[in-house]
Amino acid sequence: MQRIKPFDHLILILGALFLITPVVMALMSSTQNAIDIHNNGLYFTPGSNAVPTYGKVLTHRGGFTGDVTGMRMLMNSMIMGIGFAVGKIVLSMMAAYALVYFRFRFATLLFWMIFTTLLLPLEVRIMPSYQVMSTLGLLNSYTGLIVPLLASATGTFFFRQFFRSVPDEMLEAARIDGAGPFKFFIDILVPLSRTMMAAIFIIMFIYGWNQYLWPLLMTTDESFYTLMRGIKSILQVWIGSQIPDYNEAFALAVLAMLPPVTVVVIFQRMFIKGLTESDK
Amino acid sequence: MAHLSLRNVGKTYAGGTQAAVSGIDIEIADGEFIVLVGPSGCGKSTLLRMVAGLETTTEGEIHIGERLVNKLDPAERDIAMVFQNYALYPHMTVRDNMAYGLKNRGESKTTIAERVAEASRMLELGPYLDRKPRALSGGQRQRVAMGRAIVRQPAAFLFDEPLSNLDAKLRVSMRMEIRKLQKRLGTTSLYVTHDQLEAMTLADRLVVLNEGRVEQIGAPLEIYRKPASTFVASFIGAPAMSLLDARISDGAISLEGHALARVGNASGPVTLGLRAEDLRIAPQGIPLAVEHVEELGAQRIVHGTIGAQNIAVIEVGEAAIQDNVHVAVDPDKLHLFDTSTGRRLEVQSQPHQEMAL
Ligand SMILES: Nc1ncnc2c1ncn2[C@@H]1O[C@H](COP(=O)(O)OP(=O)(O)OP(=O)(O)O)[C@@H](O)[C@H]1O
Ligand SMILES: [Mg+2]
Repeated sequence: MQRIKPFDHLILILGALFLITPVVMALMSSTQNAIDIHNNGLYFTPGSNAVPTYGKVLTHRGGFTGDVTGMRMLMNSMIMGIGFAVGKIVLSMMAAYALVYFRFRFATLLFWMIFTTLLLPLEVRIMPSYQVMSTLGLLNSYTGLIVPLLASATGTFFFRQFFRSVPDEMLEAARIDGAGPFKFFIDILVPLSRTMMAAIFIIMFIYGWNQYLWPLLMTTDESFYTLMRGIKSILQVWIGSQIPDYNEAFALAVLAMLPPVTVVVIFQRMFIKGLTESDK
Repeated sequence: MAHLSLRNVGKTYAGGTQAAVSGIDIEIADGEFIVLVGPSGCGKSTLLRMVAGLETTTEGEIHIGERLVNKLDPAERDIAMVFQNYALYPHMTVRDNMAYGLKNRGESKTTIAERVAEASRMLELGPYLDRKPRALSGGQRQRVAMGRAIVRQPAAFLFDEPLSNLDAKLRVSMRMEIRKLQKRLGTTSLYVTHDQLEAMTLADRLVVLNEGRVEQIGAPLEIYRKPASTFVASFIGAPAMSLLDARISDGAISLEGHALARVGNASGPVTLGLRAEDLRIAPQGIPLAVEHVEELGAQRIVHGTIGAQNIAVIEVGEAAIQDNVHVAVDPDKLHLFDTSTGRRLEVQSQPHQEMAL
């Protein structure tokens, strides 16, 4: 056992405080009312407004058309997050499978082409993507929100590396056991990739959850509002002498934090289990 | 169960300039245990994998039973293979590992259950059926790999160095187990190893490969007694046979000026092969300068030089070994090889004029 060093702990505690303080602040402030926040700044103590604020945030019909509630936004964000994560995993697994196990010409070249797109962020191709979706008539639809961003260089790269680490003998044993390409993928590779899938799910869910620019561009219909846009729109009401509903913005932010945290907690357990279970 | 025949089989890897394996002709009888042996890189695995269908055959024909299998998929060849690293599916239980191939063939649930039960009884895998491979020892994993092969009831078993990941003791016991099992099942087997001891003990017939060609095929003892070339001679037997430059002149073999035996072969230089176990330390004979003695307990191996040539002698006595001793050998234990081709020369003995040493 290593001796516990006080200084190390001090650094650890400072680091933890540094990361946790804003979260606590958001949580506490969300239980105050907007005027207090406007007058006194942010709070570190709980207020008495928790129930009405969260109730309002979840059920109040807001927006211009007045039919988008917090629940609706939560659901939309959820669809984005899960759609992204699942779609990207499926697509990049299939791409990596083709790249690793099928001998076709230019496989390496193709891989590097995919890989270089890693360097290009969404913003670079956002206009052409928008153009394509608009021509296809997919604006204001979940399909339009999710599909164009599904191709994932990161995912393809990770799965490719993983598949390459699976011993060739596994494939050969499966071939002798009469498993064709499809069976090998489903029966052997998919179960072996569970750890990898969990890791990528975490990354991609959060990526999808945090999307702001793309939904902003793709949807004009308020029923497609995501939480990220909801928070922003609450703060955008500087009309006349109106005070923004800070407490509601904080409440939404806290709500927006919960699903990613849940995903990380659940999948992390699976992730660690996969790591410790894996064959030597 | 079936016989296996390889006819002029060869393989050149794509992009390779030289054949990895070529001109292999072997007829394997039903139920025979054939061991392919040879140094690293001689093409043993390549040949086995061609039979399995994991590599394409670029030349010749492979028949399993009456079927020409060159173009068939591994699954259609009715073979089972045991890999060096076992290649078990890590996410499946032992039971599922064994059943997977049968499931894919569409066998009924009862057949699968029966076969798995039978194989696990034979291999004493009963207690482990519901474990995952990672919870098994190396030896147990090896057994599961065997089980996976057995349940398929294939025409032939193919083994690629299945024991080389095990420790020495386990290797010996698994070796015997594989042999017993194969006898009991009577399944034609092709077994690759580079361990000559494993090869000798397992094989009905040995196939010694060198640089992709068959060097000699025969029963282990036959190969041991009459190695067809210097390559086989130095590969089979431990310690390796000492190969010495000698001459035949005036109807006698002479080594560094010492006459060894009278022979009827033509005069000229020859390579003389002497097995360490055929040599003995004697009061008279060829003088040997001892350099190093390996004590093995039951015996010791004396390494030394005759003239400038290295030689090994197995000695079972207890007495201390001097720095200079004499060694002797029976004339019928001599092996002669052509100096240039390395092929075996039959000793043409002249029984009446034999020289005693
Ligand atoms: N996929 C491949 N592509 C090109 N050449 C190959 C390939 N696999 C093997 N070879 C070559 O073929 C020859 C025979 O290889 P093989 O694997 O059959 O040897 P081996 O006898 O099994 O050796 P070892 O005892 O080390 O396993 C070697 O020279 C090797 O370099
Ligand atoms: Mg090999």
